[in-house]
Amino acid sequence: MSTLTEPALVAVPAAGAAGTVELTYRDAINAALRDSMTDDVRVLLMGEDVGADGGVFKTNSGLIEDFGPARIRNTPICENAFVGVALGMSLVGLRPVVEIMFADFLPTAGDAIVNQLPKYRFMSGGQCSVPVTIRVIGGGTGQFGTQHSATYESWFGHLPGLRVATAATPGSAYSLLRAAIAHDNPVIVYEHKALYGRKGPVTRGEVAEIGKAQVLRTGSDVTILASMLMVERSLAAAETLAADGIAAEVIDLRWVRPIDLPTIRASVERTGRLVVAEEQVHAGGWGATVISELTMGGVAWRSAPRRVSLPDDYPVPYSPPLETLIVPSAAGIAAAARSAVGL
Amino acid sequence: MSLREPDADTRRSWFSTMLRIRAFEDRIQELFMSGAIGGTTHLCQGQEAVSVGSIGSMEPGDVQTNTYRGHGEALALGMASETAFAELMGKATGGSGGVGGSMHLIDFSKGNIGANAIVGAGMPIALGAAVGFQMQQRPNVALSFFGDGAINIGTFHEALNMASLWQAPVVFIITNNLYGEYSPISSTTSGGPDLARRADPYGMPGVSVDGQDIDAVHAAVSAAVERARGGGGPSLLEMKTYRYRGHSRSDPARYRPAGELEAWKERDPIDILGRRLAVEGILSAEAQLGLRAAIQAEIDGAAERATAAPYPTLEETSSYVYAD
Repeated sequence: MSTLTEPALVAVPAAGAAGTVELTYRDAINAALRDSMTDDVRVLLMGEDVGADGGVFKTNSGLIEDFGPARIRNTPICENAFVGVALGMSLVGLRPVVEIMFADFLPTAGDAIVNQLPKYRFMSGGQCSVPVTIRVIGGGTGQFGTQHSATYESWFGHLPGLRVATAATPGSAYSLLRAAIAHDNPVIVYEHKALYGRKGPVTRGEVAEIGKAQVLRTGSDVTILASMLMVERSLAAAETLAADGIAAEVIDLRWVRPIDLPTIRASVERTGRLVVAEEQVHAGGWGATVISELTMGGVAWRSAPRRVSLPDDYPVPYSPPLETLIVPSAAGIAAAARSAVGL
Repeated sequence: MSLREPDADTRRSWFSTMLRIRAFEDRIQELFMSGAIGGTTHLCQGQEAVSVGSIGSMEPGDVQTNTYRGHGEALALGMASETAFAELMGKATGGSGGVGGSMHLIDFSKGNIGANAIVGAGMPIALGAAVGFQMQQRPNVALSFFGDGAINIGTFHEALNMASLWQAPVVFIITNNLYGEYSPISSTTSGGPDLARRADPYGMPGVSVDGQDIDAVHAAVSAAVERARGGGGPSLLEMKTYRYRGHSRSDPARYRPAGELEAWKERDPIDILGRRLAVEGILSAEAQLGLRAAIQAEIDGAAERATAAPYPTLEETSSYVYAD
């Protein structure tokens, strides 16, 4: 937003005249937090180590200096209680953003996220709204090991009352987070830790539409649907496929709840082929849901849908070659697409 | 610290409210046991002084969270008994339009921001409201009611730690009725019978109170509320009380030793206040009888009207899921 005044300590560059700047994914998150907090005094950020030194992943640089320790609120290590605290804050008029350092810690806050946030308005008969945003840092490839590499993005897609977003690009990281903070329902926004250094255009002030996927590359032969790190790898796969004469359409899922079936369906009705690329176990996930919904909806498949995902029965390992093997690669996605088109 | 002494009118109204809660719970017990209402319920007969005395310390703008055994708090905060009956019956005229049920009597307009069916979940929520008040510089306080069974779950310790760290205006109230579901507290809880000692490691005042004596309850909660409102931080209060019924509808409470229930009924909280009001010339024994009859008639009428109310539809209640 061009009207923002940028304090001296800010790491993020001020918005240009057109409002679009080149930012890293990390700085896009910083900008979304900064812009939301500047625009709305009710917004605050809380979680473990969110203030000191910009936070564990340096997404919060300069925020505690500019907004102070009450609004950049460092918490003890107690996810279940501090998510509950955020809920209580939202009931008296604040709009808290909670940072969960690793997606693997979400189960620790399981009650607050599963039983409280999504059900609270419902159980009260619509007496309240729960504008809580949960930023979750997920994903593998960094050798973080079995308990620091999960996404679990589809777990929370099963909960009426919740919204779940996933950010694949700096632009999405910014606009999805702004949308979540502005939204009157609880939203989980996933960040992928392998993407923090990626650069891309960010439109300051842009607020993403809830539940809208994004077509990042058009093509008529096969649709590749992906989230987070898998989007980047799908785009790389599409490049190699183009060299083979295969035109792949790449869609960034963006919302796990609600899933943008109309956008996905429109694409698949043109291509007749689908690859879902997920950094999670396939069973019970959004990829399986999309395939099932499209099939039930009568899509005329030209070939059976393909999936690229984490193994069904093997957690994310530490050892670098093993981790590289199990997290889907661009080559793996390209191979699935080739197989879908019969090459 | 200037504690407000409750006047005669206030104490008369406490007596009425306790009678209303007792009559409501007795009727609910009948309706569940006869099968007129399905599912389960958790009743609070015997604990009325804790609900009414504590809530008597709240000011407009203050909030509280309570639990699935929260009918007493809901009625003490002014929910109409007809609205409460309707909610327990799953009717459209219930406080949550019938989708909540017995464990979720909620009324934001009266500061009742949550009745939770998950043990321990209300404490962080009350704390969050209190921190919100602090950040907004509002002169309000949050209370959190929970049972003795909840002091062994993580959120109790997590919430007390943060409340003390941030000096939040919150008062934690343990309704110690001696049983966590079917288990006597001595079999589940370390550290001795005075649960208020759990305040010590968190550096906040911890006070054990006779939960059958509404004057004592009110004095203790008022002191904690005034302390919190004045910036003095959180407190933990233990109300020593007893539930006359089992944990839930299906529990006949056979695990209680013989004579225990009868001994507690000797110290019934309604009788204690009633005797005091009679002796002090505030409400005569005859007037009390009249009041009991009037409240019973009110409860009868409320239950009847709730029974006649319509059930909600999916269409009417679908807007409860998402705001906007």
